[in-house]
Amino acid sequence: MSLLDVQDLSVVFHSKGREDVRAVDGVTFEVRSGEIVGLVGESGCGKSVTSLALMGLLPPRGVKTGGKAIFDNGVDLLRTDQRTMRDLRGREIAMIFQDPLSSLNPVVPIGDQVTEVLTRHRGMKGEAAKKEAELLLDRVGIPDPRRRLKEYPHQLSGGMRQRALIAMAVACRPRLLIADEPTTALDVTIQAQILELLKELVHQDGTAMVMITHDLGVVAGLCDWINVLYAGRVVETAGRHALFAKPTHPYTHGLLSSIPRLDSVRGERLNPIPGSVRDLLPWLEGCAFAPRCDRVTEACVEGPPELTGGAHAFRCVNPVLEESGQDEAALYSREVSGAIE
Amino acid sequence: MTGKLVEIDDLKVHFPITKGIIFDKVIGHVKAVDGVSLSIGQGQTYGLVGESGCGKSTLGRALLQLTKPTAGSVKLGGVDLTTLPPEKLRAQRKRMQMIFQDPMSSLDPRQNIESILSEGLLAHGIGGNRDGRRALISRTLDAVGLPQWALSRYPHEFSGGQRQRIGIARALVLSPELIVADEPVSALDVSIQAQVINLLDELQNELGLTYLVIAHDLAVVRHISDTVGVMYLGALVEEASSNDLYRRPLHPYTKALMSAVPVPDPLVEERRERILLKGDLPSPANPPSGCRFRTRCPWAKERCAQERPELREVDGHKVACHYAEELSGLLAAV
Repeated sequence: MSLLDVQDLSVVFHSKGREDVRAVDGVTFEVRSGEIVGLVGESGCGKSVTSLALMGLLPPRGVKTGGKAIFDNGVDLLRTDQRTMRDLRGREIAMIFQDPLSSLNPVVPIGDQVTEVLTRHRGMKGEAAKKEAELLLDRVGIPDPRRRLKEYPHQLSGGMRQRALIAMAVACRPRLLIADEPTTALDVTIQAQILELLKELVHQDGTAMVMITHDLGVVAGLCDWINVLYAGRVVETAGRHALFAKPTHPYTHGLLSSIPRLDSVRGERLNPIPGSVRDLLPWLEGCAFAPRCDRVTEACVEGPPELTGGAHAFRCVNPVLEESGQDEAALYSREVSGAIE
Repeated sequence: MTGKLVEIDDLKVHFPITKGIIFDKVIGHVKAVDGVSLSIGQGQTYGLVGESGCGKSTLGRALLQLTKPTAGSVKLGGVDLTTLPPEKLRAQRKRMQMIFQDPMSSLDPRQNIESILSEGLLAHGIGGNRDGRRALISRTLDAVGLPQWALSRYPHEFSGGQRQRIGIARALVLSPELIVADEPVSALDVSIQAQVINLLDELQNELGLTYLVIAHDLAVVRHISDTVGVMYLGALVEEASSNDLYRRPLHPYTKALMSAVPVPDPLVEERRERILLKGDLPSPANPPSGCRFRTRCPWAKERCAQERPELREVDGHKVACHYAEELSGLLAAV
């Protein structure tokens, strides 16, 4: 049974005198208890907007959301009123943001910020709340928590701030954690610490987690199920072993072969994906990735491809099924990409 | 591979910490770079890795004399830059250029691309008249893969990857010998990074450039560098050829750093053992005694607190650890 069931989520931004922007366009996924689901993609793929929509944090004006996001077989997170949402946020669903410095209040001591959550949702006060906050900081691995409670965010290091933020997020033992690039602002050794901590927390509490990141390395070690997003749509979805063993969508395939790896042969030329994220087709006309794809055929620009393929699903009419060098698609792609330029 | 282009000897950059409102009193120093020696061969790439605050960017800036070093010498092709009078130093600057991390904040939003690219030419009096300069610029645009119509455009009209190409073109237009690239790809999208890395590679092959690449991403550094130096709290802890370093790291910090990098392969991720470092980088204003890494080192012994290990030769690596020989077997097993 799924804890969070997102069906056909779409988010459209309106602005005066400009065309509407479909930031998220029919995203479907589900999260079960104790499971970590990854949303991976580059800037502008809609991964952060998805998380904000689920948390009800999008601005009230100028945004239209569609679809459903059923939490715990009852509440639709997209349609529920502010009061219910406020009760859910922090208690049942919590979020960890990317930049801990800008998501902590700079003029309030860490301790007060952690106890605020406890007071609001668990009705704890005074000494009891303080004690609990101390335990929480200790749990996320902040040394000397009693002293740290009195300190301000600027007195903590980046890793420590992220830990404090995680402490606030897990204060009420939420059932769903949404982590939006929680380690991007951190150094690798600190990143490893934080990922280990998140893994531990999920393991111990049976919390479900949605992990949003651009780093394929992070998802490979952490997530059970992975959704790859491109231009607001899921282009490939699979269990992590299946995804990395057989990346089927040309975008996933391209991403994996374009990044240098620590354990690969050195000196090999990288195979970059040509163009940039801005070169895209609207999904209504065809595959948004077509202008950058090296396997593009005429069928790609005739209409939007559907997500097909059962458990390991992909949105492509000409998927990478096995490593074949020069095939028809590759030859054709040169003509088409020439035409697009 | 002829000779050394860059020779840095015992370079120190200390920033004073001051206190007081009217009369500044120096109460200590942040030793951002504290005794680094390294050399880069002509046409080679030296990669400098380390966590934030380890002094790698300061080292790069001190090499270009953008920050005045406190002590030590920097030689570019035999010329000691630290003792040159400002006038002569300026003439040397066209030999060494820099590529910055964030292509948005390092390009003036109100200058068009032609103006950005001709500024260096004007300052050094290269290219003669306007037509001469334009010819140089348009050749550079070709080299970095930008269209000619870019000349009259402004930085905001380009994507992140293209902006970084403009940054590279600005460095390249003066035909420098040395390019210091400070985190050249970390602000770019994953799919764009490979384009820029390949471009840097190609330019080096064509023009025989020498690079100092500063980055925190070990995989990227490994890919483009011939030699890699690992910095920790202002000093080099290990230096070796790229292949050697990654195959057989000798310093515990190098090993920990590498084991922390996530690999996009679940099978590898499940099998590998991590050395999780405890805690954060100590403050460079008040570094630990002896070996600076000892506070986070899982193998630290008493001697590490008393003696600061020198960078010494072990198995073809340069490594600053008292116990490198003993640990090498242990580290290989992890």
